[in-house]
Amino acid sequence: MTTAPRSSPLRRLADLLTGASGLWILLAAVAAAVVVGSFVQGVEPQRLLSLLVRGVMLGGILALGAIGLSLIFGVLNLPHFAHGELMTLGAYLAFFLVLLLPSGAPLGPFSFGIEFLIAVAVVAPAVGALSYGLDRGVYRPLRARGSAPIYLAMSSLALAFGIRSVVYLVWGADFRFFYPGRARPAFELFAGIRVRPDQLFILGLALVLIVAVYLLLERTKLGKAMRATADNAELARVAGIDTERVVAFTWMLGGSLAAIGGAMYGLDAQMRPEMGWWLLLPLFASVILGTIGNPYGALAGALIIGIVWQVSTAFLNPAYGPGVAFLLMILVLLVRPEGLFGARGKRA
Amino acid sequence: MSEAAFVKGLLLAVPASFVAVHLFGRLGRLGAVLGIAVGIAAGLAATALLPSGQIGYVASFVLMASIYAVLSLGLNVQWGYTGLFNIGIAAFFAVGAFTTALVTTRMPEGPLAAFSQQAFGFGMPFLVGVLAAGAVSGVVAWAIGRPTLKLRDDYLAIATIGIAEVVRLIFQNERWLANGPQPLRGIPQPLNCLTQTDGCGYLPAAVNAFFSPLTPRDYPFVYLAVVALVLVVVYLVLERMIESPWGRVLRAVREEESSARMNGKDAAAFKIQAFVVGAVIMGIGGALYAHYMVSIDYSHFDPLYATFLIWVMLMLGGSGNNRGAILGAFVIWGIWTGTASLIDEIRPALAAISSDLPARGPYLRFLFISILLLAILRFRPQGLIGEKRRTS
Repeated sequence: MTTAPRSSPLRRLADLLTGASGLWILLAAVAAAVVVGSFVQGVEPQRLLSLLVRGVMLGGILALGAIGLSLIFGVLNLPHFAHGELMTLGAYLAFFLVLLLPSGAPLGPFSFGIEFLIAVAVVAPAVGALSYGLDRGVYRPLRARGSAPIYLAMSSLALAFGIRSVVYLVWGADFRFFYPGRARPAFELFAGIRVRPDQLFILGLALVLIVAVYLLLERTKLGKAMRATADNAELARVAGIDTERVVAFTWMLGGSLAAIGGAMYGLDAQMRPEMGWWLLLPLFASVILGTIGNPYGALAGALIIGIVWQVSTAFLNPAYGPGVAFLLMILVLLVRPEGLFGARGKRA
Repeated sequence: MSEAAFVKGLLLAVPASFVAVHLFGRLGRLGAVLGIAVGIAAGLAATALLPSGQIGYVASFVLMASIYAVLSLGLNVQWGYTGLFNIGIAAFFAVGAFTTALVTTRMPEGPLAAFSQQAFGFGMPFLVGVLAAGAVSGVVAWAIGRPTLKLRDDYLAIATIGIAEVVRLIFQNERWLANGPQPLRGIPQPLNCLTQTDGCGYLPAAVNAFFSPLTPRDYPFVYLAVVALVLVVVYLVLERMIESPWGRVLRAVREEESSARMNGKDAAAFKIQAFVVGAVIMGIGGALYAHYMVSIDYSHFDPLYATFLIWVMLMLGGSGNNRGAILGAFVIWGIWTGTASLIDEIRPALAAISSDLPARGPYLRFLFISILLLAILRFRPQGLIGEKRRTS
């Protein structure tokens, strides 16, 4: 591509469209289409803004899953198909603890009591440890045997269905709510934007966790080793990084974040055994959009996917939300499979 | 031996003969004659010796296992021979099933139209429906394969999850297309008229007279012969394709894509071809399923039943081996139906643990199948019968 003469304006346009800026142009086009679409359908601007805020919140939840998924993808070269199930498991385990703990009064304007926060604080590290345990029990023996990476991916698929079966067995197929029957009124934030207090809490928690992950990855030696391994595992090993230690922490971090994300999704909507499988598609879309192995890219991707998903419900059957995320992912694969932050031709 | 048992025995002899002819294949023409004789003897002996309830069970078991075997063969082209990781089998399964349903049924009329909608209904014959199912499924595969197969392997897997979910969402939500969340009913069963008192108008009287002892309850025996025939045709065509130079390139692309490319092979084009061929077969499998079920809806194509189970079949039987794909389908379908009755047996024990558990028993089977797949991947990734060694 670089050898071709770059003088022709057509050539320059083609380069622009397939470069990183092309993806931004695509996203701008999608945003413009959404605005025009809702204008044609006569959607009120307030509703659009409310959906935008909800989209940012959903993006925060997705980011909690996508950051871990992206790091695992980068560090282990494993598309972890059981990641959505870690979110399901986090939600249901938190639900189990909330039932077990004495039920406190709702905290301020929120629908949950202190027991919910305790449950999440206990479940997150537990699911993180469980993820590492699954690595030791399932993935590491396969790595040690020198199995092809695709067999590890298939094992994660088997684990996804296995974990889901366990959730079905223990909790059944019905919807579950953390606080069934408790009113969750929305209030007006400003300029006619209506949100529920819980949603602001979820957004705040996601922001705090993302900042914490940022500090971990940027300021600690371990975090730097994780980023280096995710970026180029072989080079990191050559540079003397203890990759097994990095692997262990990647699972713990990824599992914990996914569990919190799942519990937050359960708080905002409801819990179902299939929720993880449904979320898997937007999670992978976020990871690919933000370049595999790049945790900040995953965050950006998750926010974009979350917003597009929510805002599309203004003029589309809400059931198609994951489908919209999928469509966006296919567009990204067509235009620029390396994602927003990838070097040209490095990974795809 | 009753007349009905004799006819049923001969229908069972169709799949039995195929297996026997295959086993005696080395003996040439003698083997073929011997195989057919053994098959007929086995079919007649089974209906003569087993009570009619049990033999009906055998027929419907072999029937479902054969439909799954077609799907498993389709996956074998993609994964076994070409290394394409498709975890959206449900998409092609569903597209095939709904395509044949729309092509072979007629538009609902009169009072029925008020509560049953569909985009079109041509009332075409079974074979047209099956071919259309394969064609549409292939087109969907081409559309999804083109942007993703040029990229790294994982992207195809992720994209196929997506297409399966989107297909399911469409058939769940679009009432106008195939009756939305409600089932699409009245898919015709081929040769069902043989089991009716009037017989089939388009067949000679002698044929109708021969099948006249059959009652509508015996239909699985008739359809079993049809499905077995389709399975054998798919198997033979695939074996020819795999042994051809085309199949050799597929294996080369799977083993070492870069060296296949260095030898002037357009790897991406071959991957797309294999993906489409596999999807066509899956679509045919979906069509066979739809005509057996008579009424289908989106919930039949849950990833657990319609994708995961088929993966376990192929991995257990042996990927890269068409006989393994068929064997795996029969073994896993046997485990699947066998564990169902096992769970019925231990119902009291489950109830003792928790009153909710007996109703959730089916998920024990999924858990078992998941663990089985993990064990296969860990201890025997080549499956029961692995790929044949080839020197070419």
